[in-house]
Amino acid sequence: MLSLEHVSAGYAGFQALFDVSLEVKAGEAVAVIGPNGAGKTTLLRVISKLIDPTAGEIRMEGGALTAVPAHEVIARGIAHVPENRRLFPRLTVEENLKMGSFVPSARKKYTENIELVYKHFPRLKERRMQLAGTLSGGEQQMCAIGRALMSGPRLLLLDEPSAGLAPVVVQSIFELVRRICTEGYTVLIVEQNIRQVLKVVKRAYLLEAGRIVLTGSANELLDSKEIQKTYLGL
Amino acid sequence: MDIFDIFLLEAVLNGLLLGGLLALLSLGLNLIFGVIDVVWICYAELIMCGMYAVYYLYVVYHWPLLLAMPCAIGIVALLGVLLHQFVIRPVLTAEPINQLLVTGGVLFFLQAAATLVFGIEFKNLGVALPSIVVGEMSFSASRLVAFCVALAGVLALYFFLKRSYLGIAIRAISQDRAIMPLMGVSPARIFVITSALGGALAGLAACLLVLQYDTHPAIGLSFGPITFLICVLGGLGNMVGGFIAAFLFAQFISVGGFFFALEWGYVFSFIFFIAMMFWRPQGILGGK
Repeated sequence: MLSLEHVSAGYAGFQALFDVSLEVKAGEAVAVIGPNGAGKTTLLRVISKLIDPTAGEIRMEGGALTAVPAHEVIARGIAHVPENRRLFPRLTVEENLKMGSFVPSARKKYTENIELVYKHFPRLKERRMQLAGTLSGGEQQMCAIGRALMSGPRLLLLDEPSAGLAPVVVQSIFELVRRICTEGYTVLIVEQNIRQVLKVVKRAYLLEAGRIVLTGSANELLDSKEIQKTYLGL
Repeated sequence: MDIFDIFLLEAVLNGLLLGGLLALLSLGLNLIFGVIDVVWICYAELIMCGMYAVYYLYVVYHWPLLLAMPCAIGIVALLGVLLHQFVIRPVLTAEPINQLLVTGGVLFFLQAAATLVFGIEFKNLGVALPSIVVGEMSFSASRLVAFCVALAGVLALYFFLKRSYLGIAIRAISQDRAIMPLMGVSPARIFVITSALGGALAGLAACLLVLQYDTHPAIGLSFGPITFLICVLGGLGNMVGGFIAAFLFAQFISVGGFFFALEWGYVFSFIFFIAMMFWRPQGILGGK
């Protein structure tokens, strides 16, 4: 479904990704794991074209994304839940969700999609008239994921959904991610919480200092000596 | 009832009517600042252009007034878009002071251009709406029309911003510009639409002002400053605050003018403004 071939990217005077190639097949849940500053967020930002790759090719369902402007990526079926959730704090929950269905194709399915989101997250329905800035961290993450689902995406990009949440909330967020993966969405998730995320996904890539250094099934990575020593503290 | 009270009531009601118009004046400026984060110093000069548009279409080209006015609104909306594309866009990420300077430059440009093209004489539309007399009080009908239209404009904008996709996107973009593309929204396009909307509001204000005042190249100076003060008093970019501030200002002008002289009304309103700036420098409803 999604493929990156030899993608490099960065910011002014600083290269963050070096020759990254990865693939996500339809229906798969894939994680990109790695330490802080490895370039995980940059990777997602390149896919949704918030930054342009300096080299390489990005394809979604066969079509090249490389020259597509950022605001047209969502129409290709990709929804991005950004780092730190980035809800519109002074819009209500429902208005935030409505923004998620801004693209014309999603507007037609607004009623259908919002019912789906409220079914997944009954809490959001209870708080639909509340300003998003007043939600708890976990509720905000639900709202951010719900907002992404409102566009009816085929591929969901999740950037550190567990960041900044209390441990008990982290559990429920991963439970949620697991549910989304089984609902037929294709998911690419970026996480620092390696032990948890590897229980949810099928395959993963290890990104270090902007390069993919290891890839394999979730179990292979959990068993890998390098990951156990560096990231799981075993 | 004492006769004194009747005239005080008249002043309060006139202040209310003036408040509606001032609220409309502040609306476009607040919208632009709230969304694009740039102050259109030349906002009142856009209104002047709209007044000339109504005057020329109606008086010189003999269009019906009700056709000339929507057309003038369209012209000023277009001016708003041109202002954004050619003046604001290149300095969108520049220092605020530079943004003030360029739009300030446009102010002088429009004033000078109007003097060259239209001359300095006062142009009168020649439309005199009657006074409405209620008991011993009298109100100008053009003020009443202005009040009603201004209020309708405010309400229409409110529902547009509250209900429509575009309106919600306009509010969202002022909260987090960087992630708008993830919603499928092109910020550049929203800015153009907002500029057209700000221009159209200036055009609507022009249509209402031209019924009450003569048009001349410096007319912007007579209500530009007060528009800014209202926006700042309400909290720059806060449309609800601007709305409240407009009615407060109008009461100071009207009731102050009733007890002393009209000029004193303005003096009182500016004293009130300065005092408020010491107490709440962020404005009535401004954040931070």
